[in-house]
Amino acid sequence: MNIFLQYTLLIYFLPLIAFGVQIFIGRRLPRQGDWVSIGAVLATLVLSIALFAGMLLDYNPNFKQNFSFTWLETANFKISMGFLVDNITIIMLLVVAIISSASHIFSLKYMEGDPRYSRYYAYLSLFTFSMNGIVLANGFMLLYMNWELVGLSSYLLIGFWFEKDSAANAGKKAFLTNRVGDIGFFIGIMLLFTAIGSFSYGDIFAGVAAGKITGTLLTLAGMGLFLGAVGKSAQFPLHIWLPDAMEGPTPVSALIHAATMVAAGVFMMVRVFPILSPDALIVIAYIGGFTAFFAATIAITRTDIKQVLAYSTVSQLGYMILAIGTGAYTAAFFHLVIHAMFKANLFYGAGSVIHGMHHALHELDDHKTDAQDMRNMGGIKSKMPVTYWAMIISSLAISGVPLFSGFLSKDAILAGTLALVNRTGAHYILLFFGFGAALITAFYMFRMIFLTFHNEPKKPKIFDLIKESPTAMLIPLVVLSVLSIFIFYTLPNFNPLSDQGWFTHLVEQHESLVPGHINPSVHEIEESLHHSHFPAMITSLIVAGLGLLLAWLMYFKKFISAEVWARRLKPLYNLSFNRYYIDELYDKIIYQPFLKLADWVAYLDWDVYDKYFINGIGRVTEWVAKIVGIADYEGLDQEIVDGFGRSTQRLGNSLKKLQTGKIQNYVLYAAFAIVILLIIQML
Amino acid sequence: MDLNILSLLVWLPIIGMLAIAFVPRDKVDVIKIIAAAATGLQLFLAILLWMQFDKTTGGFQFMERYNWIPSFNIFYTLGVDGLSLPMVVLTPLLSFLAIFVSWNTKRAVKGFFALFLLLDTGMMGVFLALDFFLFYVFWEVMLLPMYFLIGMWGGPQRVYAAIKFFLFTLFGSVLMLIAILALYFTCGQTFDMITLMHTAPDALNGVLWWGMSAIKVIWVLLFVGFAIKVPVFPFHTWLPLAHVEAPTAISVILAGVLLKMGLYGMLRVNYGMLPEAVWWFAGALAVLGVINVIWGGLAALAQKDLKKMVAYSSINHLGYALIGMAAVVAAGAANGNNYAAAEAGMSGAVFQMFNHGTISAMLFIIAGVVYDRAHHREIAGFGGLAKQMPIYAGVTAVAFFAGLGLPSLSSFISEFMCFVGAFPVFRTIVIISTLGILINAAYFLRAYQKIFFGELNKKYSDMPEINGRELFTLIPLAIITFIFGVYPAPFLNVIKETVSGIIEHVVTLGGATGIF
Amino acid sequence: MDTLQVYLILAAILFSLGMFAVITRRNAIAVLMGIELILNAANLNFIAFARFGGMNIGGHIFALFVIVLAAAEVAVALAIIINLYQNFNSINVDEAQQLKQ
Repeated sequence: MNIFLQYTLLIYFLPLIAFGVQIFIGRRLPRQGDWVSIGAVLATLVLSIALFAGMLLDYNPNFKQNFSFTWLETANFKISMGFLVDNITIIMLLVVAIISSASHIFSLKYMEGDPRYSRYYAYLSLFTFSMNGIVLANGFMLLYMNWELVGLSSYLLIGFWFEKDSAANAGKKAFLTNRVGDIGFFIGIMLLFTAIGSFSYGDIFAGVAAGKITGTLLTLAGMGLFLGAVGKSAQFPLHIWLPDAMEGPTPVSALIHAATMVAAGVFMMVRVFPILSPDALIVIAYIGGFTAFFAATIAITRTDIKQVLAYSTVSQLGYMILAIGTGAYTAAFFHLVIHAMFKANLFYGAGSVIHGMHHALHELDDHKTDAQDMRNMGGIKSKMPVTYWAMIISSLAISGVPLFSGFLSKDAILAGTLALVNRTGAHYILLFFGFGAALITAFYMFRMIFLTFHNEPKKPKIFDLIKESPTAMLIPLVVLSVLSIFIFYTLPNFNPLSDQGWFTHLVEQHESLVPGHINPSVHEIEESLHHSHFPAMITSLIVAGLGLLLAWLMYFKKFISAEVWARRLKPLYNLSFNRYYIDELYDKIIYQPFLKLADWVAYLDWDVYDKYFINGIGRVTEWVAKIVGIADYEGLDQEIVDGFGRSTQRLGNSLKKLQTGKIQNYVLYAAFAIVILLIIQML
Repeated sequence: MDLNILSLLVWLPIIGMLAIAFVPRDKVDVIKIIAAAATGLQLFLAILLWMQFDKTTGGFQFMERYNWIPSFNIFYTLGVDGLSLPMVVLTPLLSFLAIFVSWNTKRAVKGFFALFLLLDTGMMGVFLALDFFLFYVFWEVMLLPMYFLIGMWGGPQRVYAAIKFFLFTLFGSVLMLIAILALYFTCGQTFDMITLMHTAPDALNGVLWWGMSAIKVIWVLLFVGFAIKVPVFPFHTWLPLAHVEAPTAISVILAGVLLKMGLYGMLRVNYGMLPEAVWWFAGALAVLGVINVIWGGLAALAQKDLKKMVAYSSINHLGYALIGMAAVVAAGAANGNNYAAAEAGMSGAVFQMFNHGTISAMLFIIAGVVYDRAHHREIAGFGGLAKQMPIYAGVTAVAFFAGLGLPSLSSFISEFMCFVGAFPVFRTIVIISTLGILINAAYFLRAYQKIFFGELNKKYSDMPEINGRELFTLIPLAIITFIFGVYPAPFLNVIKETVSGIIEHVVTLGGATGIF
Repeated sequence: MDTLQVYLILAAILFSLGMFAVITRRNAIAVLMGIELILNAANLNFIAFARFGGMNIGGHIFALFVIVLAAAEVAVALAIIINLYQNFNSINVDEAQQLKQ
């Protein structure tokens, strides 16, 4: 068997085996079987590293292996599925394996003592399995199946503490919101399949290149696929589920709702990039840019530490989508990888803080105070130095400060946007979104840092009891902090300001396959990127610095009072604080009418249609039957049939009197009869 | 095999019923064991049949043919093909499990199991009969025990429900009988279904009755007769009531097997004998399908009673099968001879029939489990049961997620194929019906959350976990759902030749006449 | 005077008298006597037809048979009447209504 197939099969199925073991016998194993899941995920990590090393040694941008088998087949209809292993796959596998391993290890302590500990690891394994499926899929069939399965594991993990209604609701909301996107995704797939007759990327790319699907249909198909990504990657207007998903355990938020699953939408767009039509791309760019900016403005006013990170995730995913839309395909994937590292790190940091808060609150026997509210924190820096530094590094990375990884990818995206604007001379608003979001990002991230770690502790009682988290939780923090340094992404190039390195070499800019695509060629894009690189870099540095400075002035030095400004900008503040009332709006214009419609349908079906129409037919029949019955009984039966009987009876009664029992009477009758007969005879 | 395996399959339950008749009524265990043995043996034979079945041909196999009433040209003809085989396996499987579901029946045990076995024979006969008269006889045979099983062992409104069921179905049967007689007299006085499949299209071609095409008239008669059984939208209101009132085992059979008879009948009779009208009616079929999907789904979303919700979910799920069936027209010349789509849709429909059988059976057993313990089915009346009954919660999760079409569980594939097949022809309809997958998820997740999540309802803090017997009835179905969900090829291999045959039949015979 | 008519009329009168007795008399013995009259009316007819109808001896033989049967009948009838008397303490036929019930 091909070595890549061997490795990928192992990577795919090991977590599934772990899931099976855990779900059925996990509770009875020593340590509730956590080692099964951890062993499986570490094995995938080793295998992924091996693949990655192989890729680096090979250093071939065009490396591609396709394994396919027929899954089901009738005479003319056939679905194949299989694995596609190329550089993107291998990089993504490694990302998933790293973050997943980190989450597994982090959870050792974070979830310790939970009554459903083995269940938790089972779900994590299920997630790892299905996420790897998305990465490995060579076509939409396997992709879609795993796409739904990550949705399932996300549902199960968000609602892991299902005793809390908010958690159960959040899980349901996530699943249903994703399903909305999936409908679009599914329609997109069907459009492509109907035109091309295959689900595999290779066939579909060839089909699009051959012009089997063009024009509006292709745009619609691309929009459909994008709708799937909107759901999964929490883009406006389907972003509402992701902040709620923070109800899940924090390592889950790090793994699923920050680094990997939510990036699946972007990953899918990266995969299908060559077949997106120019019209679709523009829509994608606008949605992405808008989401990046819009989510960032909401993040400013969050007080819950995980909510800040959640909206930050939405915003960063918006960046990636924006990059796809502007054609900066490599930048999108680049940011996906880098974001996975620093955002997971931020979540682990937040998890570490929450863990510390929980323990302190537990010791105080305080069940009211919110362990995630930044208004209860402050000054924790001295108590949790490792966590603090990890958070600082990843905040610097996300803000796009040079020397850290985030700078590279964010710069590439902004350069891509600038290049698009330069090329087309339009879409200036995208620039505003991009740079605006960059400024706000730096601001809210350091707002979070200052509120949490600096200044005087706001609740000294809690503060006194906070301790640094155990080693198992610090390992992922340290590892991921290290991975947020620029050097890992630019080798063999050491220039911290240029993203040129192994990544850009191995993940080459893709040429569009859409026939007649007027978009510029790869060369032109690279050219314009090159030109845009410098101005974009300067601007992004300036806005990032500005944001950072503002946060420093407001929340560290307190030269500018946040409260005063909140009052001054009351309407804006309210909008942001209430998340633009979108949840309320959806509730009003979608959920409630929908539920009302359902009630109405049920009422119509049961209490109107069935009760009056169907039963009405029954009643009419009954009524007719009654009339017939009356006619039958009263008329026919009583009068005619029974009348005959009655007269017979009367006759009988009168004849009865002849029956005297006296022989002489009978003889007399006989004699009379003879006389009568004789008379008749004579006549 | 010179053993008459099909006859054995049909008559085994009757033998069991006779055996039960000779057992004193208080020997309850003996009665149950006989019933289990009869259906178990039947299941074994059915599996044997599946293994012996020749997958490479689409025709009828294991045919049996004897003279029955020669003066009316009536034969006792049995046969099995890829369309009926899945149903032939599903029927004894669900019957066998249903025996265990109703193991704790208290009242009139003897009558219950005797009637149940009679019902089993009726169902088996419908799927195997190839003589129209025989088909009709079995169709009616299964009606009567069902009436008594609902009417005597059901819930508080059982009599009303049973009568409603009976009248609805009887209405359908009458229309069907008229159609059968019409076919008999117009197509050479024969009840032989295989012959009719070939002679009816020609014999009826161009025949007008009261100014209407005879083909269309007969199609509508048959369609309404079968649609009541499915049930298709305007004829569906007997179903929720019958399901709610029927005892669990009977709901299992009702949803698992009886509803499939409608679809089976359409595919066998309507598609087989009136292929021309398929072209005329396919659009309506797809529209009815989407109405079933949306209407059933929305109604399910609003239900407060768990069993009623599951009942409406049946209406919703079978809508997908209708859409898949309509896809057969994709193979027509006007639609570019898209045989791939037609096969996807038709195979999806047949697969959906089977999957709905296993999944809805699971759903009803699950509803029964909780009803046995709490004596109510109010969805909102539970809460937090996942903590108290984790295994039950797990099994329910499998069934619910199968119901909402999660990949790796079988219904996903069948729904997917129905959609993919119908999409090239009925694009708008399919797009509307994809809303169904959202509604599906909404009502299942809503019910799951209300029953299992949240704080544990204090009333149920000592509710016992699902027991071994109940698990035994659920696990096989869950395994089937899972296996066919991951690897559907074994199933599709069995049906594909027959499905191709039906498509070919519809295209060649239906396309030849002028209607399309 | 010696014609068939005369004998038949006589027999008819006899028959009618017998009939009258049978129908009207309450006494069982009287009824029995009425029956004897009817039988003898029949005998008279037999003999008359034998003589005027050219039937040789057939009529006489029947008459003899009837006489013998009448004798037997009277024996049986008297036995019944005695039984009747023992049961009802009367020989009034109206009181023997057991048949009616």
